[in-house]
Formats: sequence, structure tokens, C-alpha cells
Amino acid sequence: MNIGWYLAVSALIFTIGAAGVLTRRSPLVILLCLELMLNAANLALIAFARMHANADGQIFAIIVMVVAACEVTIGLGIIVAMHRRRLPIDVDELRELQG
Amino acid sequence: MVQVLFFLAGIGAIAGAIGVVAVRNPFFSVLALVSHLLCLAALFLLLHAEFVAAAQVVVYAGAVMVLYVFVVAYVGGQDEPLGPRAGSGLRLVSVVFGAVLFIELCAATLGSGLQLIDTQGKPVPPAFGSPRQIGELLLTRFLLPFEVASFLLLIAAVGAVVLARRRGGLTAAEDQARYSAMDLLRPAYTGTMAEAVGGRRRLPSVTERAGATTPAQAPASPLEDA
Repeated sequence: MNIGWYLAVSALIFTIGAAGVLTRRSPLVILLCLELMLNAANLALIAFARMHANADGQIFAIIVMVVAACEVTIGLGIIVAMHRRRLPIDVDELRELQG
Repeated sequence: MVQVLFFLAGIGAIAGAIGVVAVRNPFFSVLALVSHLLCLAALFLLLHAEFVAAAQVVVYAGAVMVLYVFVVAYVGGQDEPLGPRAGSGLRLVSVVFGAVLFIELCAATLGSGLQLIDTQGKPVPPAFGSPRQIGELLLTRFLLPFEVASFLLLIAAVGAVVLARRRGGLTAAEDQARYSAMDLLRPAYTGTMAEAVGGRRRLPSVTERAGATTPAQAPASPLEDA
């Protein structure tokens, strides 16, 4: 398969993830959509690594996976803390930082 | 053969992504993301990234998704209404934004005039993307990012514990439900998490125990920390 196909799939997944971040209200699902976007970026990185037959892009993808795991851990910790303080699990309700 | 596999995995990945966004229950969103990640791992295999595909399946679809499932079960994945609350103009705006973003991304990548983009890429060396090559790169050329990533993971683990711990330790009523024989032998202030976070003794003193025989009578503790 040509590399362009992989890039098109990656762009489509990224778009779906971005639209999900914009439309969903549960912070859990927003974190899942962030995962989608990071994975789309990973696919593009690995496609470019294959294009140049150079494994540096795969290292980059692994580092992105590490950062994604950290982001998930902290995000889920925040959600658990919100649940414990009986705050609503809804990003529309949490607007104290709005200014 | 490669084409068939590509289209199967690609369609699976896109369908999983749509499932994550479109399903109401967060639990099913997580399951859709798991199938999405598995299809993505198949795409990585087609791109000769064996190690990354394996890490994707084991770490992502395994460990991280288990964390998600636990949190969804803990928080209680209540169904949320999908549409915006007031008016539907916002949804239209988001769809338009998504379409514009897709067109822009396609223009940025496919229209970039890269010479190799319409080929299958340069011929790869036989061990391309194998664990051996990745490990060698990680421990030689990319040693600094590797170490920084390990520090980042450590910081995230500590941060998650700090964020999700119980403030002020256990209540007296909870303490009494959790006695074991070891607690009677153990000196005070040695070793429990409750003492560490709240400075609270595992065994309440006799007067405290008499005052808190039932949960209703338990003194207001800093646990409920507001």
C-alpha cells in the first residue's frame, strides 16, 4: 500500500478524535478522544518512518505512547478525585476556572 | 493480500474511532477504543513496526484500557445525553470544524509533494522495526529521551497517587472494620497508609473507640474533606 493511504487514515482518525473532544461532555470520553488523536499521530509517525526506512520515527511513537500513558494516569486521577468530592463528572458543569 | 489487510484494519480502526465518539455509555466507548487499538496495531505491523505493534497491544490495549475500565466502573459510567444542551448550532459547528480539519490535514500531508508518498517507501533492511533495532536505538542514540521518559512515568505515578488518595486516612468506623491480628502486635505509627496521609493511629484510643461505636456517632473526621 502507498504511504498516502496510511496518512489519510491517520488524518481521518485525528479528525474524529478532535470532533469527539468538541462534542462530548464526560471527561472520561474526552480522555478517550485524546487517545484517538495521539494514536492518529502515532500512525502518521510510523508511516513516515516506513517511508524513509528509518526507525527514528518508531522511537518517537514509543515516546508518544509513554506521554499518553502519563496523561491517562493523571487524567483518571483527577476524575477519581472529582468523583470523591462529589463534583459532577461533566465538563459543562465545571466552569470555575472560566473567569 | 496487503491491500485486503490494510482495508480491513483501516476500516476497523475508523469504525472503532467512530464508536468511541458516538456511543452513549462510556464503558462501550472504552471497548470500542480497545478494538480501535487492535486494528491500529495491525496497521503498524503492515508498516514493519513489529515492536511498536506489540507494545501497542500489550501496554495500550492491555494495561491502559484496564485502568480505564476500572475508573469507569468506579465512577459509574452513567449514560450522558449526546446532543448539546441548548440548541443544536454547536453540533453543526463541530461537524464543520471536523470537516475543515480533515481537509486541512489531507492537504498538509498528501499535498505536500513528498516524493515517496505515492510509493510503498524505501526498501527496508531485514531487521527493520525489530525489538533488537529499537532497543539498540533507545540505549545508544536516544538514551536521553529514554531516561526522561522513565522520569516522566515516575512523576505521573506519584502524581496519580497524590491525586486519588484519601485525604485524612480512614474513619474510626472503617478502622474498626479492618482490624487484623497483626494490628494488636504492631506498635503505633508504624506502617499504614492511613497513618502516613493523616497522621492517624491505626488503633484508636479507648475513649475514641467508645465514642465511635456506630458510624452514625462517628466524629466528623477530615476524611469527607469537602
